[in-house]
Amino acid sequence: MLILHCPCCGVDAAEIELAPGGEAHLTREGPGSSDAALEAYLFTRDNPRGVVFERWRHAYGCGKWFLAARDSVTMEVYGTYSAQTHAPPQEILDRIADRHPDRAKAL
Amino acid sequence: MSTRLATGGRFTDRGKQIGFTFNGRRFTGFQGDTLASALLAGDQILVGRSFKYHRPRGIVASGSEEPNALVGLGQGARFEPDQRATTTELFDGLVAESQNHWPSLAFDVGEINAKLARFLPAGFYYKTFLWPRAFWKHIYEPVIRRSAGLGKAPHPEVRDADRYEHFHAHTDVLIVGGGVAGLQAARNAARAGVQVLLLEQTAHWGGRTPVDGGTIEGLAPEAWVTQAVAELAALDNVRMRLRCMGAGVYDHGYALGYERLTDHKPGAPGPRHRLWRIRARQIITATGALERPLSFAGNDVPGVMLASAVRDYVVNYGVAPGDRTVVVTNNDDAYRTAILIKTSGLDVPAILDARPMGGGALMQQARDLGIRVEPGRGVSKVLGGARVTGVAVCDQAGGGSMLEEIPCDAVAMSGGWSPVVHLWSHCGGKLTWDADGAFFRPDPSRAPTGADGTPFVIVAGSANGHLGLQEALCCADGAGKDAVEAIGCCLEESPVPKADAVAEAPLMPVWLMPQGARADLRMKAFLDYQNDVKVSDIQLAAREGYESVEHAKRYTTLGMATDQGKLSNIHGLAILSDALGAPIPQVGTTTFRPPYTPISFGAIAGEARDAVFQPLRRTAMQDWHEANNAAWEIVGQWRRPYCYPRPGESRHAAVNREINATRESLGLLDASTLGKILVKGPDAGRFLDMMYTNMMSTLPVGKCRYGLMCNENGFLMDDGVVVRLSEDSWLCHTTSGGADHVHAHMEDWLQCEWWDWKVYTANLTEQYAQIAVVGPNARKLLEKLGGMDVSKEAMPFMTWAEGSLADTPARVYRISFSGELSYEIAVPANRGRAFWGKLLEAGAEWNITPYGTEALHVMRAEKGFIMIGDESDGTVIPQDLGLHWAISKKKEDFLGKRAQQRPDMARDDRWQLVGLETLDGSVLPDGAYALAAGKNANGQRNTEGRVTSTYYSPTLNKGIAMGLVKNGPDRMGEVLSFTAEAQDETRDELSTVEAKIVSPVFFDPKGEKQDV
Amino acid sequence: MSDVMAPMAGARSEGLIAVEALPPQGQISLRCEVSEDYRAKLGDLLGLGVPEPLSAVEEGDRALLWMAPDELLLLLPYDAVPEMLARLNEAFEGWFIAITDVSDARAQFRLSGPHLGDVLSKVTPADMSPDAFTPGMVRRSRLAQIAAGYWLRSDSEAQVFVFRSVGDYAFRVLSLVATPGGEVYHHTREAISEHDASSYV
Repeated sequence: MLILHCPCCGVDAAEIELAPGGEAHLTREGPGSSDAALEAYLFTRDNPRGVVFERWRHAYGCGKWFLAARDSVTMEVYGTYSAQTHAPPQEILDRIADRHPDRAKAL
Repeated sequence: MSTRLATGGRFTDRGKQIGFTFNGRRFTGFQGDTLASALLAGDQILVGRSFKYHRPRGIVASGSEEPNALVGLGQGARFEPDQRATTTELFDGLVAESQNHWPSLAFDVGEINAKLARFLPAGFYYKTFLWPRAFWKHIYEPVIRRSAGLGKAPHPEVRDADRYEHFHAHTDVLIVGGGVAGLQAARNAARAGVQVLLLEQTAHWGGRTPVDGGTIEGLAPEAWVTQAVAELAALDNVRMRLRCMGAGVYDHGYALGYERLTDHKPGAPGPRHRLWRIRARQIITATGALERPLSFAGNDVPGVMLASAVRDYVVNYGVAPGDRTVVVTNNDDAYRTAILIKTSGLDVPAILDARPMGGGALMQQARDLGIRVEPGRGVSKVLGGARVTGVAVCDQAGGGSMLEEIPCDAVAMSGGWSPVVHLWSHCGGKLTWDADGAFFRPDPSRAPTGADGTPFVIVAGSANGHLGLQEALCCADGAGKDAVEAIGCCLEESPVPKADAVAEAPLMPVWLMPQGARADLRMKAFLDYQNDVKVSDIQLAAREGYESVEHAKRYTTLGMATDQGKLSNIHGLAILSDALGAPIPQVGTTTFRPPYTPISFGAIAGEARDAVFQPLRRTAMQDWHEANNAAWEIVGQWRRPYCYPRPGESRHAAVNREINATRESLGLLDASTLGKILVKGPDAGRFLDMMYTNMMSTLPVGKCRYGLMCNENGFLMDDGVVVRLSEDSWLCHTTSGGADHVHAHMEDWLQCEWWDWKVYTANLTEQYAQIAVVGPNARKLLEKLGGMDVSKEAMPFMTWAEGSLADTPARVYRISFSGELSYEIAVPANRGRAFWGKLLEAGAEWNITPYGTEALHVMRAEKGFIMIGDESDGTVIPQDLGLHWAISKKKEDFLGKRAQQRPDMARDDRWQLVGLETLDGSVLPDGAYALAAGKNANGQRNTEGRVTSTYYSPTLNKGIAMGLVKNGPDRMGEVLSFTAEAQDETRDELSTVEAKIVSPVFFDPKGEKQDV
Repeated sequence: MSDVMAPMAGARSEGLIAVEALPPQGQISLRCEVSEDYRAKLGDLLGLGVPEPLSAVEEGDRALLWMAPDELLLLLPYDAVPEMLARLNEAFEGWFIAITDVSDARAQFRLSGPHLGDVLSKVTPADMSPDAFTPGMVRRSRLAQIAAGYWLRSDSEAQVFVFRSVGDYAFRVLSLVATPGGEVYHHTREAISEHDASSYV
């Protein structure tokens, strides 16, 4: 059972205080988008074994959404950060690169 | 015979006799006994029958690893099956029954299975009962269920008499296991000043060491334990719980503790079990080690026990399981048992030591006491059926030829020890094979890791494979230190307590006794006692190709019983590895899953039962509904009145009465459960234009508009009336079940997509009691209450006004979900109950009639209004429901707009909303399908529509329905065949009901009644 | 006032702690940026400082609770709400703020007694140990299966609020887990010496 630090209110919240929201950093496809782009937006998820970026809501606490970078295998949390952003903060990316040198190379 | 010794018993108080019954027979024990020790003291050797072969079984162990001595405990509301006698503390009046026997424990018909054992090998069930298929349900399964299986579940009508609870604890260091290792780890961790929580599953601190002997810091182990416990108890940063088992370790330092508070004193005040939900920064598992049996023929005959268990019964309870005990071993530790028995004045005819050269100093001690020691020997088979009468001795190196028969009434066996690695393994800790000790031990380089990616579990003592007393203390001392260092504390050096214990000679791995045991012996050499898995079964599984340990486990059921293979897994693994010709570490272990031993359902449920099984939401008028005999409809966590039957009135009649009264005069509905979400801010209009398919930004202040919400997939999600409160604020009504979801949905888009838009939301669902006043006399009632102008001119249809009614602050919406003249009135919830009363009182002259959700449904269906969850099911777009008028064509974008442009959504042959009327006026079955010609690729009948809402309309005096029909709106007047409620299974054809496609608006199609 | 009935009005149970439903409580939700200008204006108007995150400030019969980074909850006498709403609306005319009367939306309970921390730990995963949750702090979390807010008023007194529809559930759960016999002595260890210490160590 996870604990994630809510960057909005500062509480270390237990998983039962949180609501999951799936993959983070999706780009919304509205009217005018291609069928392929719409399909990717609505349905195609990476679900990787390893580093994931996710949306979580501190549902039983301050009610705010935030984003989390963690490892879906080891459950290591690389950091949580504001939902009002389009990409993970460099600090978290650095931490991931540090923990996964191979991945950093591949990127 | 098995008997109570004249003296002894660390745990027993001989001054306090306790009476109990086993299978109706009266026994006595002492305060401090377990059920197992008291049964042994009463010479009750036979305690149960095995799962498959119904073989007689006795007590094997003295702790939570016990596979055989499972009993049904208690009676009535406190009956519980499958309780281990070895962990059941004795109390006055205890009632226990053996399980899995018929008609009696001593004479069991199922024992025939044992005679047929050669026909019941591994995988027997899978192989035998495949054909004919129809026999499975009615013949095979019931017979197997009666003859196999453990205890019976409590009667479904009986309610558990006890209560249970959870407890959330946060600690720096959690230590599981209160033996000397756990105590020493706790002492060290506590010195650093961090919070320490120490759990011990039994009722006593100290673990096995006080039984096994030696000295610590010059003290007898028991004295040292007493001192350490007193020292820890005095510290403010240490919490200690007895009778609290560490049940599981999970991600991010989460652990479960299972505390048994009143099992030893049933009926005492307070909860029976408490589930500890623990968050620890570091976890130390000091869970000890379990002794392994030896695999020889007849190793399950009552009277064959683990050598350490025999010792426990003598030292802890003053009970000797036999007068003449043969000890059989592959290690030195079992000699302690022989020496103890001998010095207690009982006979040890021989020690059979499988090692060709025997043991070390302990062997010498035994010989000095005059005990006969036979190195290189083993047990060929145990003699006796319902209890041990002797052993046949053989060479360990041979095939089992008997050299001699030694009469005895007990056998103490030891196959070495296995560290309890369960908690380490639960959350991903890996194991390594220790060839010297012949066991798996935790691999510290592959520990479970936590949120920061660093290890959070440390193993201490014999659980880490350190079986010697000094090594165990050293390991535990280091574990305590490592744990506090891992959380950033420094600890000053302190000496490790000095221990003395007799040095031991190495063990010799023995997985089968004798080494080359003949087939007939292997068929009686049990690995898993509880599931009746023998050496021969594992060998068969290997021959049949079940090479993976996980497959072999499932095929043979090894380790799948309630003891989860605590005694059997390593032997099974070794036998499998031998059969496959692969080394043990390569074969690997099966997965360790929590809980360590079974925990009660009550503990898992905690307080959630009866009235607080789940939250039941109550409106401000709920007590009135209860007092007026409401029948209930479940709507999420709400209980809404379905109708209010009068004495002697059926529900159907009540619903019809409520509808007629409302349509003819005046009805009243508690609509408080409707969601009410305030949306406010400079960008609120723009935001709502995205949320709803309609244009909401243009709604004038003072007006109401029905709106639809879709998800990004284009499907209808929720609906409700939106009210423009002021220039920058709107109030959005949602469905009763949708309020929380819609609010969360809005916040999601505001926080995660359009975070620069200036909009605030507030879920005001609970702030207001909302009451619908409905019917031709609705206006007269409000005028009588006084305070607001509710005339058609002042408050036309789809407008609202704020003011005061009957001295109650109120917001009045002129909206209608019934087609009648209707006002929905929101008042502060604290005033809801009083206002409801005022309406009832003032409305009496018009026969004011409270109505429930069923009348609401019928009236909305008569008007062709859709209901989310009936007409919509997550795959329906608003266009399917003829709601094109509520989908703005002017807006460039709204949630779901793009998805609704997909080809499949624009298809012209989608199933679309129509009204349906049976030709005979009957009510169509709910969910019935409209049949189409032919069959699909799966041989199923083709369909072209289904019923989504169906009711008897008292207004029209006939059945009315709505449904989704392929191309429906273009097929008005066509008659379709629907599947009937009752199907005649003897006929090949489906029974059908004919219904005609009509307009979904059955009543007042021009809307004249609501707009008066 | 006779028409006004707070949820669970008058409900009270005595056990390891006393649980009592509070009379109608004025509650105004303020959603706004908690920036300097808003702080200053709120401070002037309410005579209360703006609380730090996860805490509350109180003065007499008023208190301001921190609920979220952009949400405060003002507690005041029930009858004082209309006037306060008018003053707030006037003061913040033209500002981006949502001022909402939620006085009837929640049930409020006072919990008191030496076993307070232990009882709360039976229903919430939030850390209720005296080191982690100190008087003056506010924590929103779970109460068994529902959402709840906890405001610790002193070592042995807390105010707990839940949505009004589940006030009955909250009262029943709290009363149940506070039933005598369920002592834990985890947070409130000093009480051990008065009882049978041997059954805990």
